[in-house]
Amino acid sequence: MRFFLESRKFLIVSAAAYILLKILFANNIISIYIQQITLFAFIVTIASLGLNVIYGYTGQFSLGHAAFYGIGAYTSAYLTKIFGIEGVFSFLPVLFISGVAAGFIGCLIGIPILRLRDDFLAIATLGFGTLVRVILDNSDRFTEVLGGSRGFVGITKIANLELTFFSALFIVLITKNLIYSRYGLFLRSIRDDELASTSIGINTSRMKLMAFSYGCMLAGIGGGLYAHLYTFLHPSNFDILKSIDFLIIVIIGGMGSIRGTIYASIIWVGFIEGLRIVLPVELLDLRWVVIPILLIALMMWKPYGLMAKK
Amino acid sequence: MKLLEVINLEKSFGGVKAVDNMSFHIREGETLGIIGPNGAGKTTVFNLITGFYRPDKGVIKFSGKHITGVPPYKLSHLGISRTFQNMRLFSNLTVFENILSAVLTGKSYGLISALFRTNNYFSSEGKAEQRARGLIDFFGLSGKEDYPAESLPYGEQRKLELARALSTGPRLLLIDEPGAGMNPREVLDFVDTIKVIKDKHSLSIIIIEHQMKLVMGISDRIAVMDFGEKIMEGVPSEVKKDKKVIEAYLGEALE
Repeated sequence: MRFFLESRKFLIVSAAAYILLKILFANNIISIYIQQITLFAFIVTIASLGLNVIYGYTGQFSLGHAAFYGIGAYTSAYLTKIFGIEGVFSFLPVLFISGVAAGFIGCLIGIPILRLRDDFLAIATLGFGTLVRVILDNSDRFTEVLGGSRGFVGITKIANLELTFFSALFIVLITKNLIYSRYGLFLRSIRDDELASTSIGINTSRMKLMAFSYGCMLAGIGGGLYAHLYTFLHPSNFDILKSIDFLIIVIIGGMGSIRGTIYASIIWVGFIEGLRIVLPVELLDLRWVVIPILLIALMMWKPYGLMAKK
Repeated sequence: MKLLEVINLEKSFGGVKAVDNMSFHIREGETLGIIGPNGAGKTTVFNLITGFYRPDKGVIKFSGKHITGVPPYKLSHLGISRTFQNMRLFSNLTVFENILSAVLTGKSYGLISALFRTNNYFSSEGKAEQRARGLIDFFGLSGKEDYPAESLPYGEQRKLELARALSTGPRLLLIDEPGAGMNPREVLDFVDTIKVIKDKHSLSIIIIEHQMKLVMGISDRIAVMDFGEKIMEGVPSEVKKDKKVIEAYLGEALE
């Protein structure tokens, strides 16, 4: 199996990480809260990788990534609810479907809007994100279960260490394979020069749509796991601010770097949630003073992200 | 046999007729030069042939098939390749990746094969890489495979763009002003390179060029454009002496 042989280094490191986490989790050496944010970091990794394919590799600036994350979350939560799914294995098809649903909607919306570029595309995706937020806010009008602006409550907790970790691992491997294939090469060509890409025979609109749908699918899978980790969904978790989170992760990790995205996701989640533990309650709001300052500093020090060679 | 045939081609931008009732053809294995003053519509003709613009009127046929309105990426698959006047390399990709991406646009493995790394992926990649290396060697870029394209000196970037255009395995190559910024020595080298690749890849070539030495040295026939129209066509020696051509370039002689 050359599939595994090729990424053996990464797999060995992952195996070690898994064993370490398993030990830490099993004996409750780390608190439930920290366990939860560890899993959340993997979920954020999955969704951010999706945005990295869309923006980092292909150069399509999207401000609506959280909408697809939300679509995945609500789809999977709705499905587990109506089918009464509780086990990890019976959840896998649901997770897959929620990814496909987000990818499919990404494809539908992508067909008209991916003709736009740069800031025009940003506005269009921002509009789509707002639209999804409004629909989620009023979702109880379609069916009561979704909860509308009161939030979707009572979702079964399914996302455990194994499910989250191995989903993330699988997605990292698949995404790596995508990027280091001719398709990844085409995406990077398109980012550099779309006109030249079409002149050498790349169907650029199809490739852009593929990258966008793939990225949205990863957001959907991330959302599906998120719903079954926190067991509660609220439309406000899927608005523009969440999209900005993903964008920040892609940029600080380095546009077009898979490893950077993984590190940045873990650092970002660890930092925001970690400060919640470290800082005394009365200083908690200072996070939003400290973090932007750090971001400014980071951008001046490494404008192309943590993993950039420049 | 006519490889490319252009009949009564017309294209306007706003009120400006960039190309007006232009007809010409190129036979297999031939090199056609297109010359003309700045703004004569030469590059527009290229953009029409390669599908970047859609003509207002007229027909373009490639080996007998209508290709008017066919999108550029499909034309590349049919065997038409081009370079750009103001070079368009993938500047952040390496030299090797620039070539490889173009080689891999041909028939190759599918998405599932890529995601799960089937044998088809490895064999197709292997073949493509070999072909890419061959082209890099030929153009004297070996040793620089892993440099970002933007880091190459100007002359080598020109070579790289030509190599990339060849990577798709074209039958017809359109070269847009290769001589811009080249010194006389480089021009001579370039003429030699073109002659070699033309035989090696059995190409037909259309070339837009300002430097007379270059274009006269390569072309079997030359078409002269002025204000969007073809004002003359003939072998280089005729074109050089033609009164209309001299007027277009130097202005009308005073009575």
